[in-house]
Amino acid sequence: MNLPNELRKAVPPLGDTEPRQDLWPRMLLRLDRAPRRVQWLDWALAVLLLASFFVFPQAVLGFFYQM
Amino acid sequence: MELLERFAADDMDAFETLFRQFQRDVYRWIVRIVRDPAAAEDLTVETFWRIYRARARFDPRREFAPWARRIATNLALDHLRTAPSETELNEDCAGESPSDPAARHGVRDGLRRAFRRLPPKLRAAATLALIEEESQAVIAEALGISITAVKGRLFRAVRLLRRSLKQMGVES
Repeated sequence: MNLPNELRKAVPPLGDTEPRQDLWPRMLLRLDRAPRRVQWLDWALAVLLLASFFVFPQAVLGFFYQM
Repeated sequence: MELLERFAADDMDAFETLFRQFQRDVYRWIVRIVRDPAAAEDLTVETFWRIYRARARFDPRREFAPWARRIATNLALDHLRTAPSETELNEDCAGESPSDPAARHGVRDGLRRAFRRLPPKLRAAATLALIEEESQAVIAEALGISITAVKGRLFRAVRLLRRSLKQMGVES
């Protein structure tokens, strides 16, 4: 018995099958579900800002005024 | 700037263009391995999610399709490993109609059952090479192994299929 031939008859090749619908909308949902990662630079800026509040406490007022 | 360079530079429009350009190829590759259209759609989205996540590490001088195939193959293998009982051949992907007596009782039915029981790595290699007749070089690249290793997996897959058929009392 030619096993590959018989296998192809038992489990036929799928050929040029396509997704049942456009998957881009699902991709967008997947992207939205992804946890947002905070970049190291953002963390560094936050730490720098907090440190500056300790050194120059009066800067807190100026900061919130600017916000 | 080229499309792949824009994608690597975090351009969402470039990612969408790549997605639309390659979603069919990625889906087709995955469904051939898992043989379940619904799971293949989920895995296609997951593949592109991983591609998107790894965009900063992508070298735009490399080809996109083999990279995508490699990621897709890993995900498809994980699926075969974690959901072995759920990856029964889907009705759309199975062989003859149930009215075919050969399909129900003969060699083909035995082969189908033996095929489902193959270990995921052997099953993926057998599906791609023996059923879908993909080139061994493409399979080797997608599996991240050498062509010799692909041949080894095919040899073991065929040997296991013959052994299973023998255990079922089917003459091979």
